[in-house]
Amino acid sequence: MTSRREFLKTGLAGGLLLNVAGCTRPSADGGREVILKALIPVLLAGALASEGEARQTQLALTISGVGKAIDGLSLATQKEVGELFDLLAFPPTRILAAGLWSSWPEASPVAIGEFLENWRHSRFNLLKSGYAALHDLVFGAWYARPDTWAAIGYPGPPKVE
Amino acid sequence: MRDPFHDGLASGWKHIDASGLSADQTFEADVVIIGSGAGGGVTAEILSTSGLRIILIEEGPLRSSEDFKMRESDAYPELYQESASRKTADKAINIMQGRCVGGSTTVNWTSSFRTPRSTLEWWQSAWGLKRLTVDSMAPWFAAMERRLHVAPWPLPPNQNNAALVRGAAHLGIPVNVIPRNVKRCWNLGYCGMGCPTNAKQSMLVTTIPAALEHGAMLISRLRAEKLEFSGRQVSALAATALKADGLHPSGVTVTLRARHFVLAGGAINSPALLMRSRATDPHELLGKRTFLHPVVISAALFNETIMASSGAPQSVYSDHFQELAAVDGPLGFKLESAPLHPVLFATTLQGWGEPHARLMRSFTHSQTTLALIRDGFHPESRGGQVVLRADGSPVLDYPLNDVIWDAARRALLVMAEIQFAAGATWVTPVHETSPGYSSWPEARDGIVGLPLAPLRCRVVSAHVMGGCRMADTAERGVVNDEGRHFAYDNLSIHDGSVFPTSIGANPQLSIYGLVARNASLLAAALTGRPKPAIL
Repeated sequence: MTSRREFLKTGLAGGLLLNVAGCTRPSADGGREVILKALIPVLLAGALASEGEARQTQLALTISGVGKAIDGLSLATQKEVGELFDLLAFPPTRILAAGLWSSWPEASPVAIGEFLENWRHSRFNLLKSGYAALHDLVFGAWYARPDTWAAIGYPGPPKVE
Repeated sequence: MRDPFHDGLASGWKHIDASGLSADQTFEADVVIIGSGAGGGVTAEILSTSGLRIILIEEGPLRSSEDFKMRESDAYPELYQESASRKTADKAINIMQGRCVGGSTTVNWTSSFRTPRSTLEWWQSAWGLKRLTVDSMAPWFAAMERRLHVAPWPLPPNQNNAALVRGAAHLGIPVNVIPRNVKRCWNLGYCGMGCPTNAKQSMLVTTIPAALEHGAMLISRLRAEKLEFSGRQVSALAATALKADGLHPSGVTVTLRARHFVLAGGAINSPALLMRSRATDPHELLGKRTFLHPVVISAALFNETIMASSGAPQSVYSDHFQELAAVDGPLGFKLESAPLHPVLFATTLQGWGEPHARLMRSFTHSQTTLALIRDGFHPESRGGQVVLRADGSPVLDYPLNDVIWDAARRALLVMAEIQFAAGATWVTPVHETSPGYSSWPEARDGIVGLPLAPLRCRVVSAHVMGGCRMADTAERGVVNDEGRHFAYDNLSIHDGSVFPTSIGANPQLSIYGLVARNASLLAAALTGRPKPAIL
């Protein structure tokens, strides 16, 4: 269980970071896309095509799938997801909260992997839930598409006439 | 494939999609029912067949068999609360709840259990619900079982469920067949995305059509915003029409007036409406004691093909670990299986990158067992509390405490043992730091030491109960055993929010049975006709 003190600390630090990042709304104009472009190949390593045009197409489809998934969330949750991407897009909070010194396009897959693991195993629920949101959005968008099913042997829904 | 709902609409059933309204409107009826799931559907049929004029409102869209394409990408945003990603306040529990005409009955997996004897007896002794005995409730369950074609599943279980049977048999753990509410079921396995063959006897194909046939009016994409009160009366309901996206208010307001109001929005939404409306709550009960049957999951790999996406999703269960201790002792759990579809499995499964991709490549050989933890009986299991966000939308704050984790660990151990006994080659609790195990001894040693905490161990829920609990007095209940509100004479609550504890079984039939009783009593009261004979 999270102790009371830890909760306050997370709440306070998390809240401040989100406020700072939220003032500038850095994820609004393409910021989210830049982040996803860097994140998706790391999360989907082993599933995404390893190179070429197929990879670029799959990447673009997954980014738009994530956008569609976010648009279907409740308005309150959309706001929270927006704050998450603001936090990741705004350089000072990206460095402080995600530990990523390089900008997203320049961050190495290893550094992005470390960020994901740090959040996944963080002491703070806020960061753990941020990881979980990225995990669910990206894997949800990927496996929602019929062209990803052959690789896992899923035949797709049966025909009903 | 015929779509009986389309045929009904063509024959003149009254349905308004509120997203198409261009100006504010007022509607009037004898009874306004808020929510079209298990509680609202049964109430609509019983009241409309007694001659009462009914309006049934639903926040979600009207979708029927022609729309059910068995694709997760359509089903989750269209048919579920918050795109099937409704979460508790700390995000540690994902809650699957329906939001469409028919509510959760349109998307559930059809498991139909009567309220267990131990639960009803606990309600009598701990909550003063003396009239809800096994004997007095039996005719109501029987009536709804007939109405909805509930019967033990007659076909062999799919491989996903068969593994639970096989493993349990090796260990001497009794397993039983699940009764399902289906008629001429094709055994497809897509119940969670809306039944494409109308085999599932959900509210969408049974009680709601019957109510519409009797002249009831259905209004979809209409959000119940606020009840207005005048002394001990509800005077009106203010509702907001949603745009076609189902999220944004369209700007049109609908006012509903009636002699009587029935709240059936389900746990979370029903207490939230009363809280938004500032309903009197002198003992601060609203939204409290909300239960989830928190579910923990064990995934296993088999050499043989399992194909858990195909066939009746749930056809066998075991109550063995629910009956080991006293009802208010260490928390018991019910064992069942869960169907796997790509999005559901991929988002639930821990990890990322190659390890995640590797597990996904074993999709057709993956089997999952789940444990539904029975919350709300033990003195330390008090469930969660619904709170309102700044925009008025509800969120459930459900702290996962030690009594839950104690049950979760016992359940993860038992499930792994059963899966290995069934022939699994590898088993993992769905948990962020579980490495996965290749044998039962290895799993036993590993699971004993696994740190169980929010957002480490995956916890999900498909059963939300409580928040407007029934009891014998206003000091400890929002409504009485008939669902009548203690403070408002013309307000009833007919849904799972009235349960004072969890059920200890998939709750749909518990809602159908209790609501059939209470809607019959309400019909008698409103029409002045005698009470039904089976009371």
